[in-house]
Amino acid sequence: MRLALGPLQYFWPRDDVLAFYREAASWPLDVIYLGETVCSKRRELRGADWLALAAELAGSGIEVVLSSLALLEAESELASLRRLVDNGRFRVEANDMSAVQLLRERGLPFVGGPTLNIYNHVALRLLQEDGLERWVPGVEQGRAVIEDFRAHLATLPELEVIAWGRLPLAFSARCFTARALDVAKDDCGFRCIEHPDGLPLATREGEAFLNVNGIQVQSAARCDLAPELAELRAAGVALLRIYPERTGTGEVLARFRTAIDSGIAPPRAGEANGYWHGAAGMGCVNPS
Amino acid sequence: MHLVCPAGSPPALKAAIDHGADAVYLGFRDQTNARAFPGLNFTEADLDAGIGYAHARGRKVYVALNTYPGPSGLAGWEAAVDRAAQHGVDAIICADLGVLDYASRSHPQLPRHLSVQGSATTHAALRYYRERFGIARAVLPRVLSLQQVERLCEQDVVPVEVFAFGSLCIMVEGRCQLSSYVTGEGPNRHGACSPARYVRWDELPGGERSVRLNGRLIDRFSPDEPAGYPTVCKGRYRVGGEVFHALEEPTSLNTLELLPRLREIGVAAVKIEGRQRGAAYVATVTRTWRAALDRLETRAGAWHVDGAWQQELARLAEGRQTTLGPYHRSWH
Repeated sequence: MRLALGPLQYFWPRDDVLAFYREAASWPLDVIYLGETVCSKRRELRGADWLALAAELAGSGIEVVLSSLALLEAESELASLRRLVDNGRFRVEANDMSAVQLLRERGLPFVGGPTLNIYNHVALRLLQEDGLERWVPGVEQGRAVIEDFRAHLATLPELEVIAWGRLPLAFSARCFTARALDVAKDDCGFRCIEHPDGLPLATREGEAFLNVNGIQVQSAARCDLAPELAELRAAGVALLRIYPERTGTGEVLARFRTAIDSGIAPPRAGEANGYWHGAAGMGCVNPS
Repeated sequence: MHLVCPAGSPPALKAAIDHGADAVYLGFRDQTNARAFPGLNFTEADLDAGIGYAHARGRKVYVALNTYPGPSGLAGWEAAVDRAAQHGVDAIICADLGVLDYASRSHPQLPRHLSVQGSATTHAALRYYRERFGIARAVLPRVLSLQQVERLCEQDVVPVEVFAFGSLCIMVEGRCQLSSYVTGEGPNRHGACSPARYVRWDELPGGERSVRLNGRLIDRFSPDEPAGYPTVCKGRYRVGGEVFHALEEPTSLNTLELLPRLREIGVAAVKIEGRQRGAAYVATVTRTWRAALDRLETRAGAWHVDGAWQQELARLAEGRQTTLGPYHRSWH
């Protein structure tokens, strides 16, 4: 089982991003997803910067995949996507059907990201015809769903499951960070850079609930499937996706690496695993 | 420009047709559609009667089959496509690739509309659905600005339908797991957002009411405060020390004033949300939009928003407020 560092979901200063990925090159991981998936206005790194970083990381033996936006609205965003797809070297993670279409028009293989709605074997087979080689199931899709796919489809693509991090739950045209800071989206001042792990949202009785990250809403709870390692293996999962956070990501990867190598599942560290067990995502089955 | 109206029940269908809908959309009584609420939707006998009523008056009936079945569930959705075709509906509205694939192979003559749940926001995405499944129309998610809708219409990949009035989904449709995260059930797989059996209202001392979804506090209301249905996106939460509608206020989308522009840029149809609403609601909204569209056809140059129309619509709006929503940049 291999470890993948998912795309950075937050907006960090350029130097912090570069420092993070230089450090990542020394972490026990196999695949790194690079690029902006949330908001096209976040341009501390431009397309060329991401490509340079990709080349650097690939040089140290890491498989690099370029991730793309989950929500495209403007023609300029489609033009950026086209440049990404035409990079000529790295595989692309398609997070929207726009990317799937551009990739299939060019006959390029791709990774199907978690925001493509692939809920059954026919959908998956059609996308395999289009070039999908690896699939990251959506956040809702757990063990029983994967088994159901396996029962209906002779050849599944390589499977990558989100195993650690705040879950991407929803996307909007509205920027919730701008709304919370009472600034207009078109004049946001890129203030999400002040919140490197997003803005916590709690219920009126103070319970941690969601996490505001620009146009994206995440879970406040971190999904943690390290204790489910044996089940992940039995389900034929090839890669575990770890989402970057401002601190501690190297330790998270080390924890998973040790668990994979030793075959001993660690005690639970994150708060949620409901989706994997077919329950509400915020739930935790077998919490201890 | 066609007027497409909701029919959650046979009386709503009749109300929509009687008051000037060009087409109604409806669903079967199961999870194959995104308004799978108890007491709503159509039996096959209802559907036959509804189609008869609509066709006798030259109107159309669309069936929404716009949820996402899992591998074992797909056969049930395929059977629903067959049923819709056998009953002679005018189009089906689908989102799932598997359902679209089946429909395009088994019933190539039955027009397929891409549901808003398909989350297609660019001409590249629309091309995918046209090339793969030959869709005849696409319903756009409620995230694009008017200018972006215009760009999409210019590309002319497929005719587009946009939401004109009703409850406002703040998230990209088909890409929202908030209900699923809290309850385990959501629009994509189960056809319902915040299912009623997870909702709990409590009277608090002093007359306040609180509402929970699967135990999670969504909001609290003072005695005189209007309280809406507790979808996660319309609750009040604490962010950065302040309590407010952090995601969206309970308002309704109302694009009446954009109507001439929508027509000018080539939007094929405007859609009224509200299959969960009763016949009286559907009658009023349909009548109002019909009047506005008719005046646009006959007196385009002198068209203006009639104050009476807006009053009628505001009376029915969620939270009694309306917004132009994403069509207007300042909303974002």
